[in-house]
Amino acid sequence: MADTTAHKDEEQAPITERIPAVGWVWKNLFSTPLNTVLTLFSLWLIWKVGFSFVDWAFLKGVLFADSRVACREISPHGACWGIISERFDIFVYGRYPHEHRWRVNLSFILLIVALAPVLWETMPFRKRGLLFTVAYPFIAGWLLAGGLFGLDPVNTRNFSGFMLTLVIGVTGISLSLPIGVALALARRSSMPVLRIIAVVFIEFIRGVPLITLLFIASVLLAYFLPPGTDFDLIIRVLIMVTLFASAYMAEVIRGGFQALPRGQYEAAEALGLSYWKSLQKIYLPQVLRISIPGIVNSFIGLYKDTTLVIIIGLLDPLGIGRSLLSDAKWAGLAAEMYLFVALFYFISCFAMSRYSLYLERKLEREQAAEQN
Amino acid sequence: MTSVTTDPAQDPRMSGASKPPSLFDGGLQGFLRRKEVRAVLYQILAVTVLFAAFAWMGNNVVINLKALGKDFSYEFLGQASNYDINQRPIEYDSQSTHGRAMLIGIINTGLVAFVGIIFASVIGLLVAIARLSPNWLLSRLAYAFTEFVRNVPVLLHILLVYGVVITVLPNQREGEEPFTLFDRVILSNRGLFIPKPEMHQGAGYLFIAFLAACALAYLWRRYAKVRQEQEGKTLPVLLPSLGLIILLPFLMWLTSPDSLTFSIPEQGRFNVKHGLRLLPEFFALTLALAIYTSAFIAEVIRAGILSVSKGQKEAAGALGFSRLYALRLIILPQALRVAIPPITNQYLNLTKNSSLAIAIGYQDIVGTIGGITLNQTGREMECMILVLLLYLSFSLFISFLMNIYNRSIALVER
Repeated sequence: MADTTAHKDEEQAPITERIPAVGWVWKNLFSTPLNTVLTLFSLWLIWKVGFSFVDWAFLKGVLFADSRVACREISPHGACWGIISERFDIFVYGRYPHEHRWRVNLSFILLIVALAPVLWETMPFRKRGLLFTVAYPFIAGWLLAGGLFGLDPVNTRNFSGFMLTLVIGVTGISLSLPIGVALALARRSSMPVLRIIAVVFIEFIRGVPLITLLFIASVLLAYFLPPGTDFDLIIRVLIMVTLFASAYMAEVIRGGFQALPRGQYEAAEALGLSYWKSLQKIYLPQVLRISIPGIVNSFIGLYKDTTLVIIIGLLDPLGIGRSLLSDAKWAGLAAEMYLFVALFYFISCFAMSRYSLYLERKLEREQAAEQN
Repeated sequence: MTSVTTDPAQDPRMSGASKPPSLFDGGLQGFLRRKEVRAVLYQILAVTVLFAAFAWMGNNVVINLKALGKDFSYEFLGQASNYDINQRPIEYDSQSTHGRAMLIGIINTGLVAFVGIIFASVIGLLVAIARLSPNWLLSRLAYAFTEFVRNVPVLLHILLVYGVVITVLPNQREGEEPFTLFDRVILSNRGLFIPKPEMHQGAGYLFIAFLAACALAYLWRRYAKVRQEQEGKTLPVLLPSLGLIILLPFLMWLTSPDSLTFSIPEQGRFNVKHGLRLLPEFFALTLALAIYTSAFIAEVIRAGILSVSKGQKEAAGALGFSRLYALRLIILPQALRVAIPPITNQYLNLTKNSSLAIAIGYQDIVGTIGGITLNQTGREMECMILVLLLYLSFSLFISFLMNIYNRSIALVER
């Protein structure tokens, strides 16, 4: 008798407690009527969007084909990824001369080498690695453009595809960081004239869209230079993108200065360190460390903004894709092309934002540890 | 900082007690080493360099313009533009001036910014709430949405949404029936046609009625607040105010229906006549910008809500607030206090990003004055200066409004 009651009790325990998975589902998906409705709505959305997408892109999609017509013959209602698989090299190298593509490859590899000491904090010989990181933009510039030390010059007009994104991104970030620090210092300076110049510059740049600055680069910049000076569009764009990024960078760095505890400033003053010494030994190392997540975020912004160059006629991956669409062989595959480019940006930006989140968490842990 | 003098009088920094410090203590070298002297010198240097750079550039501009036989003048703003604009909220044709074309560009940019900001805020708030929902599936969906949207360039969003909008809307040329609503609103791939208000004599009274309604609504709000503080009774504010603001001008209009008439779109054989036309480009741009910005706003609001301490929520629950009321009266006001400055930044970004309209051929500031006018008149300098000034004014205007709002919700400390 006692046995049966115990058995009964066990049976009467709600199913949500007996099987953990069911309990989780109950608690997280169906606990209230509203919750149930929301769950059903989400499921419907996933079914509606997700399934038809998977069907179109994968189940009915064609991965390899050498034209749209060939795709449609295999599967009339699926995606045609041939535009990507056939022309993948165009997306990466753009119109960079075929025989010089090794230079682009080499600069990709060197970029990984240059990034290693930044990302891997316990790397052996990290200090020397960082020196290489600083030198990388110049080395890559020389590799890609050539013209010095026996490398054949390559016209910068051929810079396109993913390598153009990389050129603009790397230049923008590596030059905007020092300029941004200088601007932030000027904005915090006690000298009114320097402060005013910095404020006007930063607020002006932040108040106008990047696209207008790019227009200035393409139509107006020549007016401000002595007659006859003619330097190519890429350099003009790089100047504008750098200026644009430095204004945003300056604000990130200024935030870092403001987050630095007051005691640090007082300590530096109490030690009698000169301005530059205290900057070099006390402020900057800490400020840069605090600002790293913000710096990475503004780099993501810059990286995404590189797509805007297509409006003044440069060909980044998006521009390359659009030019492929005007080819009769691939016309009408806009959805596939846009999705591919979107995926490309998504993967790189998502990776960077995860990294910035990781740094942020690490910084918080370190600060918590310091306080204990 | 090298002097290790024992005599305080020799050291300019310590001589305060005996005699007032002079700038010239310690000779020329000491003079140059003093902080305030150096500061002045640096600043003089900065100004000189800056002026030299500007003078050099200005000089180049003068030389270059002369070589091209151009001058610097804004006379072209008064000349006929000779081009058409596809979305014109105000009267315009190709005989109108460049100045008027620019005005349409400004209105079109403002329209995208205004509608986009409203949609971005609403979507952003909904996504933020979905992201914090106890429903696991919904919160994961919201997370996927924000991450996908944030990490794809805005230009790509615009092109993608434009492609979708163009394919989804019924194509009239291929004989598909457009969507209509009460025969007053027509929607097809040629755009959205809505009744266009036309003001005539006496429309000023309507405006006065509108202002009066706003004033009354404001007074009602204050009265409700006073009553609540005295008696603890909550009077409805939102609905009466809205009713007042709609009803009063409407009554005014009934007294003289001629003051404001509506031009109603009519489906012609090939074309829609009359009415106000909003282009598909306008929806695509507004929708894309709203979606892109909403992901950022959602993150900001989420961070704001998370920053409200748990005790506040528990206290609201203990006081018997329902979840909706707790969110509206306790959580959101505190969350917004943290979120308003970054949201302002997002509004500014949306407005600036609206300049990408040029990618899909919507004629905003960049499309009119910075595009066709620039190319037709060849006045790059004048046009670009105007474009920059216009965007700066937009930015300043939005910051100004948001600052006022921010001040109104800021914590008033004793």
